Amino acid sequence: MTTSRLVEALARRHHYHPLEGLPWLAAIAAYFAFPSYLPLGAQVLATILFALSADLVLGYAGIVTLGQAAFFGAGAYTAGLLAAHGWGEPITGLLAGALVAALIGLLSGIVILRTTGLTLLMLTLVVASMLYEAVNKASWLTGGDDGLQGMEVWRIFGQFRFDLFGQTAYFYCLIVLFLCWLAVRRIVHSPFGRSLVGIRENVLRMHAIGAPVARRRLVVYTISAALAGMSGALIAQTTQFVALSFLGLDRSGTVLIMLIIGGVGRLYGAFIGVPLYMIAQDRFSTIDPVYWYFWIGLLMVLVVLFARGGVLGLFDRFRR
Amino acid sequence: MSTPALETRGLHKSFGALTVANAVEFRLEHGARHALIGPNGAGKTTFVNLVTGALRPSAGQIRLDGADITDLPQAARVKRGLVRTFQITALFRGLSVLENVTLAVCERQGLGDELLRPAGRHRAVIEEAFELLERFGLADEALRPVNTLAYGRQRLVEIAIALGLSPRVLLLDEPAAGVPSGESGLIIDVIENLPSDIALLIIEHDMDLVFRLAQRITVLVQGSVLVEGPPDAIAADTRVRQVYLGERMPA
Amino acid sequence: MGDILSAVVNIAFNGLAFAMVLYLISVGLSVTMGMMGFVNLAHGVFAMAGGYVVTSLMREQGVPFPLALLGAALTVAAASVPVERLLYRRFYGGDELDQVLLTIGLAFMSVAGATYIWGPLQQPLQPPPWLSGVADLGFRSFPAYRSFLILCGAALVTVLWLSIERTRFGARVRAAVDNLRMAQSVGIDTSRLFMATFALGSGLAGLGGALGADLLTVNPGYALQNLIYFLIVVAVGGLGSIRGPFFAALLIGVTDTASKYLVPEFGAFFIYVLTLAVLLWRPRGLFGRA
Repeated sequence: MTTSRLVEALARRHHYHPLEGLPWLAAIAAYFAFPSYLPLGAQVLATILFALSADLVLGYAGIVTLGQAAFFGAGAYTAGLLAAHGWGEPITGLLAGALVAALIGLLSGIVILRTTGLTLLMLTLVVASMLYEAVNKASWLTGGDDGLQGMEVWRIFGQFRFDLFGQTAYFYCLIVLFLCWLAVRRIVHSPFGRSLVGIRENVLRMHAIGAPVARRRLVVYTISAALAGMSGALIAQTTQFVALSFLGLDRSGTVLIMLIIGGVGRLYGAFIGVPLYMIAQDRFSTIDPVYWYFWIGLLMVLVVLFARGGVLGLFDRFRR
Repeated sequence: MSTPALETRGLHKSFGALTVANAVEFRLEHGARHALIGPNGAGKTTFVNLVTGALRPSAGQIRLDGADITDLPQAARVKRGLVRTFQITALFRGLSVLENVTLAVCERQGLGDELLRPAGRHRAVIEEAFELLERFGLADEALRPVNTLAYGRQRLVEIAIALGLSPRVLLLDEPAAGVPSGESGLIIDVIENLPSDIALLIIEHDMDLVFRLAQRITVLVQGSVLVEGPPDAIAADTRVRQVYLGERMPA
Repeated sequence: MGDILSAVVNIAFNGLAFAMVLYLISVGLSVTMGMMGFVNLAHGVFAMAGGYVVTSLMREQGVPFPLALLGAALTVAAASVPVERLLYRRFYGGDELDQVLLTIGLAFMSVAGATYIWGPLQQPLQPPPWLSGVADLGFRSFPAYRSFLILCGAALVTVLWLSIERTRFGARVRAAVDNLRMAQSVGIDTSRLFMATFALGSGLAGLGGALGADLLTVNPGYALQNLIYFLIVVAVGGLGSIRGPFFAALLIGVTDTASKYLVPEFGAFFIYVLTLAVLLWRPRGLFGRA
C-alpha cells in the first residue's frame, strides 16, 4: 500500500546504511597503511570531532558562528592545565574539558543567542576574543604567548602510554570520535534534531507551530560547545601542548572551510573535508605559508560559487 | 452570551504617531466562520500578529476561550490551540511535504525536545501527518521537497500544517493569495470542509470567497473596526461600499 | 588634578581621532548590510587597500599627501565596482553562511595578495612636514596629524550626513535601506544604487584606512585583525544606520583609547564587555530599526 511505503521511507531514515561503516574502516586501514603518520592521523580525527561540533550548530541549526574556537580552546586549556598541575588522567581531563566548554557555551549562549545575523556573528567573535584576551592576560597560568607547557598525560586506564609513534593517541582519538559520532547521529535524527532543521529553514514557521526556538538553540549551542571542548582536550592531550592560537579567528575560520569543502549539514561533510584540508595543509603549507592562505581563500570563493554543497554535494549531482 | 472562542478588548497598537490597531473590539464565536476584510493597509495582518503574539500590543486584552493570553508568548498560544497561517507562504523550504507537517504534529505532541530517540520511531506521528496529506490530496507528493510544489499546493500545505496542530481557533491569512484561479478551487473546498468545531477567521481580499464562506464579516479600515455583521448587511452597507470604491461587490 | 585633566583631554583627543577612522571605515559596511542584506567580512580589505595605496603613492611616486589621499579613495572605490557587480551581487539577500564564507575567502586572499605585492612588513605613514609635529594652541599643544585627522574626519562626516539628508541620491539611499521593495516599486533603480552606494562606502573605507594608517597599522593581516572592530561599530551602531555607527565609533574609540591608556594589560577586553552590555540593552544597536 502506498500509505505504508511513504510513511516507511520517513520512519526508516535513521537506519544505518552500509556506507556509513566506510569512514571507520578507512580509519582502521590508515592505521596499518600509514604507521609513520599516526600523530597527524590523531590530529585529523580530533579535528573531525571539532568540525562535527561546528556542523551541528552551523549546518543543522543554522547558527553562523566565527567563535567555535572559544570552546575548542577552553577544552584544550582545561585538559592542559589539569595535566600540567598534577592530574594527568586523560579520560577525566577530557570530560573536564567538555564540561568547562559546555559551561562557557551555555553562559555565552544565554547572552548572545537572542540576537541574529551579523550581530550574532560578531558576538560569537567577541566571546572568543574575550577568552583569548583573558587567557593571554593570565600568562602566569597559561603560558600566554609561549603556550602551555609541562603537560604530563598519564596512561589510559593505567595501561596505554602515549608513545612517540602516536599509536595510543590514534586509537584514543578514534574511539572518542566514534562515541561522539554515535551521539551526534542520534541527535540529528531525533525529533530535536529535526526541529533544528526547521529552525534553520524557517524560524518564523517554527515559532508558529509552538516550538520553543530559543531554548532549542541554546541546547544545541551548549552540546556543540561540549563536543568542541572535547576535541580541544584531545589535541592538548595527544600533543601535550596548548597554544593561544587554539582560541583564534584562524581556528574558527578554518573549521568552516573544512566543513564547506566536505559539505555542510550533512553529518559526513566533516569526515571528508577535514582529512582533505589537513593532509593538503601538511603537504603544501610548509612550501610557503603565504600562498597557502591564497589558495585556501580562492578555494572557498570557488566552492561557494560553484560547488556549494561541497564534495558530498558533487556526489549528489553525479548520482542524478 | 457564551464565552467566545477568541476575543479582543480594546486591542491597541501604535508605532509612535502611527496607529495600526485602534482599540479593536472583536469576538469570534465557537465554530464560527468569520471573515476579516478591509482595504490594503487596513491592519488585518497586524491584527493577526497581535492576536497570535508575534507583535506586542500597546494596550488592550486578548482572551482565548475566556482566558487572558495577552502576556503569553507565541508558542504558548499555539499550545492552547490558537493557530495561524501566513499570507506569504512560510514553509520549511528544503524539507519534504510530509516532514513539514510531521514537524507540526510532533511539536503538538510535545515530542520536539526528545534528543536521543530517532524521530522515525514515532510512527503514529508520521501516520497522522500522512493522513492529513491524504485529506488534502497531497499524498502523492509527500516526499517531494515542498518548494518544488506548485504555489497553490504549497498554500494547501500551510493549511495542513495548521491542522496538524489541532487548532481550536484558526486564523487563515489570505489563504488564496497569489494562487492562480485554476488552483484556488481546491483551497476553497478544503476550507469549506474544515471541522465545524474549529472557530475560523479568514482574512481575504477575494470577495467571492468571503461571501461564500463567511457567516459574519468584520470590516477593518486603518486599524479601526468600521462595521461588523452578517454578509447581507455588510454588502448593503453604504460605508463599506465607499471604502471599496471600485471594488467588485456581490449585489 | 592637572594630571587627571591632562589624561582626560589626551583620551578624548586620541579617542576622537580613532573614532573618526573607525566611522569612515565602517559606515560603508553598515549601509551594505542594511541595504543589500550582505555580510561583507572582507570590508576591511578596502580600508587596507587605501592604506597601501596612500603609502605607496607617497613613498614611491612622491605624490603629495592630499593627492595621495584622493588617489587612495578613488582607486579603492573604482576597484570595488567589479567586486560588487561580478561577485557580491549574486548573494544579496541570500544565505548568510554563503556570504560569510565568500568574504572570508576573499579576506584570506587579501592577506596573501598584500604580502606578495608589498611584503610582510607594516607600511608606516609618513605625514607631510606641514602635518608633522605639534599644533600649539596656547593652553595646550596637540599632535598635528591627529588634529588634522579629527578636522578632516569631521568635515567628511558633515558632508556625508548633509548629502544623505539633502540630495536625491541620499534620499534614494535612505529609501532603499528603509524598505527595499517599496523603493523598487517607486521606480528607484536599485541595481545602480547598490553599485554607487557600495563604491561610496568602499571609497570612504579606503580613505579611512589611508588617513588612519598610523592608528590601524597597514600590514597584510589588516582585514582579519581589525574585522572585529568594524563589526562591533556596525552592530552597536545599528545595521543600516548612517548616524548610528558614528556614535558607536565614538563610544568604542574613546573606550579603547581609555583602556589602552589606563589598563593596557587588559587589551581590548573592555571593548568586548561594553559591546555585550550595549547589545544586551539594545539588541538592534543604538540606532537600529525595531
